[in-house]
Amino acid sequence: MSSADDVAAAASGLLEVRGLVKRFGGVTAVNALNMTVRAGDVHALIGPNGSGKTTTLNVISALYRADGGSIRFDGGELAGLPAHAIARLGVARTFQNIRLFGDLSVVENVMIGRHVRTRVGFIGALLPGGATAREERETREKAHELLRFVGLEPVAGLPARSLPYGDQRRVEIARALASEPRLLLLDEPAAGMNPAETDTLVALLRSIRERGTTLLLIEHDMNLVMSVSDRITVLNFGQHIAEGPPAEIARNPDVITAYLGGTLDAA
Amino acid sequence: MTLRHAERKWAALAGLVFVLALLPAFVHSDYLLSLFDTAGIYAIVVMGLGILLGFAGQLSLAQAAFLGIGAYTSGWLTTHLGWSAWPSMGAAMALSAMVGLAVGYPCLRLSGHYLALATIGFGIITQLVLINWKSVTNGSDGMGNIPAPQIGSFVFDSYARYYYIVLVAVLACAYVAWRIKTTRVGRALEAIRENEIAARATGIDATRYKIIAFVLAGAYAGLAGSLLAHMTKFISPDSYSFDQSVVFLVMLIVGGSASISGAILGAVLLWFLPEVLRPLKTSYIMVYGAAVVAMIVFMPRGLVGLLETLRSRFVRRRPDAA
Repeated sequence: MSSADDVAAAASGLLEVRGLVKRFGGVTAVNALNMTVRAGDVHALIGPNGSGKTTTLNVISALYRADGGSIRFDGGELAGLPAHAIARLGVARTFQNIRLFGDLSVVENVMIGRHVRTRVGFIGALLPGGATAREERETREKAHELLRFVGLEPVAGLPARSLPYGDQRRVEIARALASEPRLLLLDEPAAGMNPAETDTLVALLRSIRERGTTLLLIEHDMNLVMSVSDRITVLNFGQHIAEGPPAEIARNPDVITAYLGGTLDAA
Repeated sequence: MTLRHAERKWAALAGLVFVLALLPAFVHSDYLLSLFDTAGIYAIVVMGLGILLGFAGQLSLAQAAFLGIGAYTSGWLTTHLGWSAWPSMGAAMALSAMVGLAVGYPCLRLSGHYLALATIGFGIITQLVLINWKSVTNGSDGMGNIPAPQIGSFVFDSYARYYYIVLVAVLACAYVAWRIKTTRVGRALEAIRENEIAARATGIDATRYKIIAFVLAGAYAGLAGSLLAHMTKFISPDSYSFDQSVVFLVMLIVGGSASISGAILGAVLLWFLPEVLRPLKTSYIMVYGAAVVAMIVFMPRGLVGLLETLRSRFVRRRPDAA
C-alpha cells in the first residue's frame, strides 16, 4: 500500500486502479481502492457481501461515476468517460443480475456485441449490397462462431429470455467477447450454476484467457477462484486488504481473519 | 429452404403491391379513395413512431405536432414563396427532422413517464404556435390554396391520382424502416429498448441512437404532414392536437409496435373503424373505445402478434406442410 509499491505495480498493469472512491450518500462503498490487473491474467476480486466488489466493477465500466481516484486502462484514463466509450476502448463486462436483450434471439444478442467492431450507420443501412451486406454477413458469422465457442450454437435462434439461467450467463459472455475486449469484467459468472455448469464455466474462462483476453472476475465460489486465478485482490469495507497469488492470499492472516474466518481450506 | 422462404415472401409482397396499385381501378368513390389516401399518410406517421417506440422503446406523444410542422412548412413554402410541391415536401421532412433533433436532444435525457410528459408539452406548444403565429400560419382560419404536386402537365389533383404518391411514399418509408430494423442501427435501437444499461456497456451510445430514432420519427411525420397538405389543399391547426398524437400511439399499439407491417395495419384498421361504425351514430365512439380496449387486452402483441400466433397454430396442425 506504500506509494513505492504503487509505482512499481503501475509499470506492469493493463488496468490500474488508484485511490478509487465511490460514495452513495453518506456510505463510502469503495474507499481509496488500489488494484493492479496485469495483462493476460485471470484476476479475481473477492470479499464479503457489501465489500464494494460490484460497485468497483460498475465504476470501472462507468455505470457509476467515481467520486475520486483514477482508473488507467493501458495507460489511458477511464474515469470521466461514458460507458459506451469504455466499451469501445476494449473493456467488456457481464452482469451479476443478468442483463440480456431478452426479446431478441441469442444470436442477435451476440451480434449487438459486435457494435463497436462494426461501422454501418443509417446511410449504410439504406444502401444494401456491397459493404453493408458484407459487414452484416461477417457480424452474423462471428456471432455464430462465438456461440460455438461457448457451446450455445444449437439455441442461436431462440429468444434469449427462454434459456435456462446458466446458459443466459454464457450468452452474456459471448456478447461481451463479441466486442473483442482486451479486458473482460465478469460479475459472479458462476452464481446460480450447478457444479457441472461451473466446471464448464471454468474451462470456458481458461480458454478465454488463452485467446489473450485479460479477465477480472468477482466470484463467491472459492474453489473456482482458487483454481482459475493468477492473482486475487481482497476487499473489505470498500478497502483493499490484500493482493497477490492465490497461495499467498490463502495464507494471509489479514484475509483469514477479516474475510474468510479461517475457513479457507474447508471452502 | 430458407431461400425459398425468402423468395416466397418477396413474391407475396410483390403481389400485395400489385393489388394495392390496382385499387383505384376498382374503387370509384372519391370519398373512399380519400380515406385510403389518408390511411396511407397516417401509416407513415405510425411507422415513424414505430421506429421510436417499437424499435427504440422511447414514447412520444407529439407526433401530431410533427405532422403539423410538415403540413405548415409545405403550406407556407408553396403559398408564400411560390415553391412547387416536391421540394416543399423535402423541406417539410427536413424541418421536422431538425425540430426532432432540437427537441430530442434535451428530452431524451429524460426517460419513461418524464419523456412522455415532455413530448406532450412540446405538442401542445406547437399547436398553440400554429394557432397564434397568425402572420405565418393565418391562425385558426387555416391556410388554403396549397397546390397539388405535378409532373410536367400531369397534376395529382384527384384522390385516385394522389393515391399513387401515397403508395410510393408508404413503400419507401417501409423500406427505410425495414433496412434500419435489419441492420446495425436497428439492433442498437432494439438493444436500448431491451436493456439500456447493457446497451451502453456494449458500446452503444444510447443518447445518440435515441436521438436518431426521434429525428426519423419527426421526418416521417413531417413527410406525412406535407402529403396531407398537398392532398387536402387546406390545413388548420385543430388537426394537430394531442388527441391526434394519442390516436397515432393507439394505431401503433393495436398494429404491433415493433413491426413495420403492424404499424401500417394498425393505422389502416383504426382509420377505417369509425367508417364501419358510422351506422351506430352517436354511440359509435363508445363502441370504438371498447373495440380498442378489447384489441389491446386480447392482442398484447398487436394484430401482427395475433396473425403470427394463428399462423404458427395452423402450421402445427399440418406438420407435413412445413
